[in-house]
Amino acid sequence: MTTEISVAAPAAAPPSVFAGPPKGIKAILLHAILFVASLAMLYPLIWMFVSSLRPEEEIFSNPSIIPNHIDFSSYWRGWTGLRFSFGTFFWNSLVISVLSVIGNMMSCSLAAYAFTRLKFAGRDFWFALMLGTLMMPQHVVLIPQYVLFLNLGWVDTIAPLVVPKFLAVDAFFIFLMVQFFRGIPKELDEAAAMDGCGPWRIYWRIMLPLSMPVLATTAIFTFIWTWDEFFAPLVYLNDMGSYTVQLGLRAFVDSTGKSDWGALFAMSVVTLVPVLVLFVLFQRLLIEGIATTGMKR
Amino acid sequence: MASIAQPSSGLGQTVRKSLPAYGFLSPWLIGLFCLTAGPVLASLYLSFTNFDLIQTPRWVGTANYERIFTNDPKFIAAMKVTFTYVLLSVPFKLAFALMLAMALNRGIQGLSIYRAIFYLPSLLGASVAIAVLWRQVFAGDGLLNAVLKWAFGYQGPSWISNPDYALYTLVSLSIWQFGSPMIIFLAGLRQIPQDMYEAASLDGAGPMRQMFKITLPLLTPVIFFNGVIQTIEAFKAFTPAFIVSEGTGGPVDSTMFYTLYLYLEGFAYLRMGYASALAWVLVVIIAFFTAFSFLSAKYWVHYDD
Repeated sequence: MTTEISVAAPAAAPPSVFAGPPKGIKAILLHAILFVASLAMLYPLIWMFVSSLRPEEEIFSNPSIIPNHIDFSSYWRGWTGLRFSFGTFFWNSLVISVLSVIGNMMSCSLAAYAFTRLKFAGRDFWFALMLGTLMMPQHVVLIPQYVLFLNLGWVDTIAPLVVPKFLAVDAFFIFLMVQFFRGIPKELDEAAAMDGCGPWRIYWRIMLPLSMPVLATTAIFTFIWTWDEFFAPLVYLNDMGSYTVQLGLRAFVDSTGKSDWGALFAMSVVTLVPVLVLFVLFQRLLIEGIATTGMKR
Repeated sequence: MASIAQPSSGLGQTVRKSLPAYGFLSPWLIGLFCLTAGPVLASLYLSFTNFDLIQTPRWVGTANYERIFTNDPKFIAAMKVTFTYVLLSVPFKLAFALMLAMALNRGIQGLSIYRAIFYLPSLLGASVAIAVLWRQVFAGDGLLNAVLKWAFGYQGPSWISNPDYALYTLVSLSIWQFGSPMIIFLAGLRQIPQDMYEAASLDGAGPMRQMFKITLPLLTPVIFFNGVIQTIEAFKAFTPAFIVSEGTGGPVDSTMFYTLYLYLEGFAYLRMGYASALAWVLVVIIAFFTAFSFLSAKYWVHYDD
C-alpha cells in the first residue's frame, strides 16, 4: 500500500491545498497551529477555574493553570456571600428558563403550524409582519413594555420575563419551525384529515412528534439564552430574593469589589456550569443549529 | 385566497374557514398587538414627551430629538464608543472566523473537537461570568499583566480603568467569540463544489488564485449574512460594558455603549421620553445600516442565478 502511494504521489498534479486532507509535515504544522489557538482560546476559562480552587493570596501572582493544592473554600464563601444564597438565584433562574422553554415551544409551534399548514384570510400579511418583527431591536419597545408591566403589577415578579415567551415574542423560533414544518410531507396530514382528524389533532399527533429536532433546538437555545439573559432581569427584578444567577453574580461583584476574587471566580464558574453541561450533552445539536439557521451565537 | 378558489362561498364562510388558524395564531397575535405593535406606537409617542413614570407624559414636540443632535455630549460619546466598537470588533471577528473555518475545512482530523473548542466562547460569552473574568484579565493586577511580567518583565497598566484602553478590552472580548460565525462559514465552505477546485488546479491555478477566484466569491453570501447579523448584535451589546464599568460607562465614558446610555437615561434617571427618543435613533441607525448593506450587496455579493 505504501509503495502504491509513493508511486502515485509525485504525479504531475499541481500542488493544491484542496486536493484532499494535508499529510505529513503540513498536517503536523496545521495541528500545531490549531492546538495553540485552541489553548489560547480556552486559557482564560481554565485559568478562572483553576484560580477558583486557589487560596486567595495566590491568584494574581500566578498565571499558571496547574493548581498547587486544591481548596474549595472559595466556593463556600461565595455560595453564602450575599443576603440570599446562590441556591435561591439558581432556583429563580431555573424556573424562568424552564417556563421560557415551555412557552417558546408551545406558542411558536402553534403559530408556525398555522403559517405552514392552514389556509386563512390574511396569511401572507401576517407572515410578512412576523418576518418584520425579526429585525426590530427590542430597545424600541422596552419602555412602553415596562410601563405596561408596571401597571399590571408585574414588576418584581417573573411574569415580564416569562409571559412574553407564551405569546411567541421570540419570532425567530417561529421562523425556524416554519422552515422545518415545510420539510414534513403534506401527504401525512392530508391522510390524517381524510381519516377525520381536525387541525388540532394533526398538530398534536402528527406535526409535533415529527418535529423533535427543531423542538429540541428551540428548547436548548431558549434555555441557554434565558439563563444568560441579563438586561431584562436587570430591568424587572429589584428584590434580591427574586434575582437570577446573572443578577446575583453582578450583586456579588458590587459587594465584594476587588476584595475576594476567589469567591467571585468560584461563583462565576458555578453560573457557567448548566450551560457547560448542555454544551457537552448537546454539542452536535447546538452546532448544527448554528450552521443550518445562522443563529447569532 | 379561499374565497377566490370557491366563488360561491361568501365572506361568512371565509371567516369560518379561517377561524381555526386564528385560534392557532392567537398567542402570537396577542403578543404582536400588546407587546410589539402597541409598544412601538407608544414609544414613538413617548419620544415626543417628557415622562418620568410618575406624572403623565408631557408633550414637548421635537425637543428630545433636538437635544440629542445638538446638545448632548453623552450622546456623542456613546456614538463614538459604539461605532468604534462595531467597526473594530466585526471585521476582526469575521476575519478570525473565516481564517479558522478555512483551516478546519481541509479534511483535518479532529475537526469536531477543534470546532467545539472554538465555539465554546461564543456560547458562554454573553454571561456575566465572562464579563467578570474579562474585568479580572485586564485589571492592573490581572492575568494579562501577570503574563506580561512573567514573559517580558514588563509591568503593564490597569487596562480596564484606563480610558485609552478600556474599550479595546471589550473589543477583544467580542473577537474572542468568533465561534458562531466560524461555524456558519464552515457550513458555507462545504457548499462549494469540490470539482471546481479540481478543475482550477488542472488549469494551473495555485492555492492563492483558488482562494480569490473560487472560495471568496462563492462565500460572499455567507460573509454578507454574518456581517449583517454580527453588526446588528454589536450595536446592541450591553452586558460586558455594564459589568466592566460597574454600570457607569466609565472611565470617562470610554465604555458608554449606546444601549448602556439608553438604559441609564430610562431607568437610572427616569427620563423615559428621552430614552424612547434614543431608542428610535438607534432603530434608524440600524435600519439605515441594514438598508445600506442590502443595497451594496448588489455590487459585491455573488449569487448563483
